[in-house]
Amino acid sequence: MADSHPTLREIGRSLPRLESRAKVNGSVEYIHNLRLPGMLHGKIHRSAIAHGRIVRIDAGAALAVEGVHAVVTAEDVLGICPNPYYGPAFHDQPILALGKVRHVGEPVAIVLAADPHIAEEAADLVSVEYEPLEAVFDEVAAAAPGAPVSHDELRPAGTFTDLKHLAGRKGTNVALETRVRRGDADAGFARADRVFEHTFRTGKVMHAAFEPMVSLAELHGADGLTIHTASQSPSFVRSEIGRLLGWPENRVRVRTAFLGGGFGAKLYIKLEAMVAVCALLVRRPVRIALTMDEQFYTITKHGATVRIKTGVTSDGRMTSRKVETYWNGGAYADIGPRVTQKSGFTAAGPYDIESVALDNYAVYTNDPPAGALRGFGISQLVWAYERQADLIARALGIDPLEFRRRNALRSGGTHATGTTVYGMEVDAVLDRLAERMAWHRPFDRGAGTIRRGRGLAIGVKACVSPTTSTAAVHVHGDGSCAIHCSTVDMGQASDTTLAQMAAEVLGLPTTAIRLIRPDTDVTPYDMATLGSRSTFHMGNAVVRAAEDVRDQLLRIAAAALRVDLAELECRDQAIVSRGGARLTFGDAMRARFAMQAGTLVGVGSYTPHYTKPDGETGQSPDITPFWMLGGAGAEIAVDCETGRIEVTKLVNVADVGRAINPASVERQLTSAAIMQLGFTLFEEMVFSDGQVLNASLADYKIPGLLDLPRDLTGSFVEVPHRDGPFGAKGVGETGVFSPAPAIANALYDAVGITIFEMPLTPERVLRALRESENRPLEKD
Amino acid sequence: MVTVTVNVNGEPRTASVPPETTLLRLLREQFNLTGAKLGCDVGDCGACTVMVDGKSVNSCLMLAGQADGRDVLTIEGLATLERLHPLQEAFEQLGSLQCGFCGPGILMSAKALLDENPDPSEQDIRDALAGNLCRCTGYIKMIEAIQGVARADGARPAPKSA
Repeated sequence: MADSHPTLREIGRSLPRLESRAKVNGSVEYIHNLRLPGMLHGKIHRSAIAHGRIVRIDAGAALAVEGVHAVVTAEDVLGICPNPYYGPAFHDQPILALGKVRHVGEPVAIVLAADPHIAEEAADLVSVEYEPLEAVFDEVAAAAPGAPVSHDELRPAGTFTDLKHLAGRKGTNVALETRVRRGDADAGFARADRVFEHTFRTGKVMHAAFEPMVSLAELHGADGLTIHTASQSPSFVRSEIGRLLGWPENRVRVRTAFLGGGFGAKLYIKLEAMVAVCALLVRRPVRIALTMDEQFYTITKHGATVRIKTGVTSDGRMTSRKVETYWNGGAYADIGPRVTQKSGFTAAGPYDIESVALDNYAVYTNDPPAGALRGFGISQLVWAYERQADLIARALGIDPLEFRRRNALRSGGTHATGTTVYGMEVDAVLDRLAERMAWHRPFDRGAGTIRRGRGLAIGVKACVSPTTSTAAVHVHGDGSCAIHCSTVDMGQASDTTLAQMAAEVLGLPTTAIRLIRPDTDVTPYDMATLGSRSTFHMGNAVVRAAEDVRDQLLRIAAAALRVDLAELECRDQAIVSRGGARLTFGDAMRARFAMQAGTLVGVGSYTPHYTKPDGETGQSPDITPFWMLGGAGAEIAVDCETGRIEVTKLVNVADVGRAINPASVERQLTSAAIMQLGFTLFEEMVFSDGQVLNASLADYKIPGLLDLPRDLTGSFVEVPHRDGPFGAKGVGETGVFSPAPAIANALYDAVGITIFEMPLTPERVLRALRESENRPLEKD
Repeated sequence: MVTVTVNVNGEPRTASVPPETTLLRLLREQFNLTGAKLGCDVGDCGACTVMVDGKSVNSCLMLAGQADGRDVLTIEGLATLERLHPLQEAFEQLGSLQCGFCGPGILMSAKALLDENPDPSEQDIRDALAGNLCRCTGYIKMIEAIQGVARADGARPAPKSA
């Protein structure tokens, strides 16, 4: 494939992002900045308890505050929306708490006022009487029989056919269980030379996008509603709001701007249903913007418990593996059931294992809802299987890198789901890691109280499928071009990447292409900007749209120049013939429309091939459009007196197919490494009875400049993918898969301790160290 | 209400605001200068950083009244109509920002650093910007950009602060 593009001009260039000027001068557009004439601010009154019936809501004191326009509760919502439950997988989340609350921080009422400070003050004055119910927070306990149940019955959304059978199921917190079966895992354990069994945990962490969630709604007469929202999924918002209101999609307009970060937090419905209902109730524009603290109660990453059992031969071949994972979905499903299934089926890792049994449980608890966070569940699984890989390798006396080579699943092999693997460059990634880590050279292990160690890990994700992207490329009367698509640029540089692809097809410089901000009135459908799917899916759609409009231009030029179509191509900002004739796009438009006028529209749509897995065995011949493989290597220094880990070197390596913009790809890898470094070393939401004790950036630390490893690099290997646009695969998440186990493996290498739960806080490390020396620290 | 007159980006601007109004809200809501961002609103993230009398300040932690009569420089005043500030150029060239939301605050902290210390070490940069958080970038390209500008300036006479 590399050879089929011998003359790439725009692909593979490290161009600055198209909007970089607006970003450095502070003028770039965010919904955060938007104010509408006559708008009201909404502030949310939230549940103070984790589970309980609502006996009474008293809004009297709030309404009495001067300047309060209205107080909205579930009762008002029902007047607009008789069935006010939403969600991408389950229709389980009410716009405002209806009858009961299921987590601390659940929205119960909204106070509207022209002055946000008045709304905030009055929101505190709403008084709610609850009848508390027993709550459950641990995902394993919540899945057990007899646990207090949050939802009277399961309400699958119907959009996903494999969830339909769950409708009406009662008396359980298990929203979904999925399985993969290949061979007979138990028989495999019986035959294995050694069997290893461990339980790993990861806690809840938070996206902390810097532009806090914000949505505004305004009405247009009787026939329309516009929602301005910092959303990663404008198309979903449109269809879900349409469904909630009983309106056709064409009456709902959803538009976004650049996003101040997303990471999966700004997907599906967050504030959009609230602002829509409020605007319909008060007939004025309404804005709701969360504070940083409120985001901790809105969406989190899944905490997970992973039980992993692996049988190996004495020469280090894994022959059998069982993984049982409980996903803490919190009080509402959000996209949790999809995380459970789509990531759950990769729980055996990038390994070729004869017998595999994988069980995944999406579990309701009374924590805040969990959804997608950069990696969609993968990093929780990699944490388990890559820690265990090192424990096995060391027990067998095999070099950890060699152990991985011995067991790697390579292109042409069969994944546990039965899909024949294509485009999984394990050897190239391991080679690059070994080189960057100087793995086969001696390593300074430190001395005294500072001990050093190094570790590596690899992880795999299957890109979520099936999903659709559609794009249009417009050529205006003067020949200038614009891409209409609903991919949301939230910092990942999708605008620039997609423009590079269209520019390549059209023979234009990338800077000549303009991206139209997602707006469902004018940009076509896209499933969402998530899961590292945009470069591949929207990239293919944009290439097809650009080819469509290019072919229209070529036909116009063939007629105008009286040359054969086969003689023409688009390059150097024009249509040129082999004989040297040249027509600019503007000339072509004039030839077609007799003046500087008209619009040519090229359209492209992309839905990858896919076969739904069997419900019982999880088997499918075609489970994913592409595999994402990421490896990481870490060198650390451990202070044995304080338990503090300093990561001195961190290398992320990804198999990316082809890097459309190498500098962007590298930045995605190093930035993902830093995010994951926070989750690995110190980020953790601390709960007490469902209350987040550290819901602020003062108490919930994210990595700052002082946490940066001295030596931090991202590196990628390129083997163009047969189905990717110019061979590209997605990369936004790949860098988060492996840093955590690489660091924990380095910890084991340094001081011989194993910690089964993330994050690796100084306290956990020190406790484990002292236990290993038989002088444990006292418990609090 | 208090009446506040602030010299913003070299121009006196006056507004009458409730006394609890922060400098950040004064800039964003009264003066329509939306470059400084409201991230956490409690001084943890640094997205609201501006310069007051030449020092970097979390504008969400300063009352508008406290800025009365003082010089405030925001991201909008960093470039001239003709050209970007060298820091902005370097951030653009190196792709130092991703989502960009923290960018105006980071750039103002970087300017305050270089005004005070034209030749900072890497550790100086890390220390000076430790109060500016970024969730997207991993910071590396910011450090490189600031170092690049410092080195380039080292070859010229020290620039006058705006």
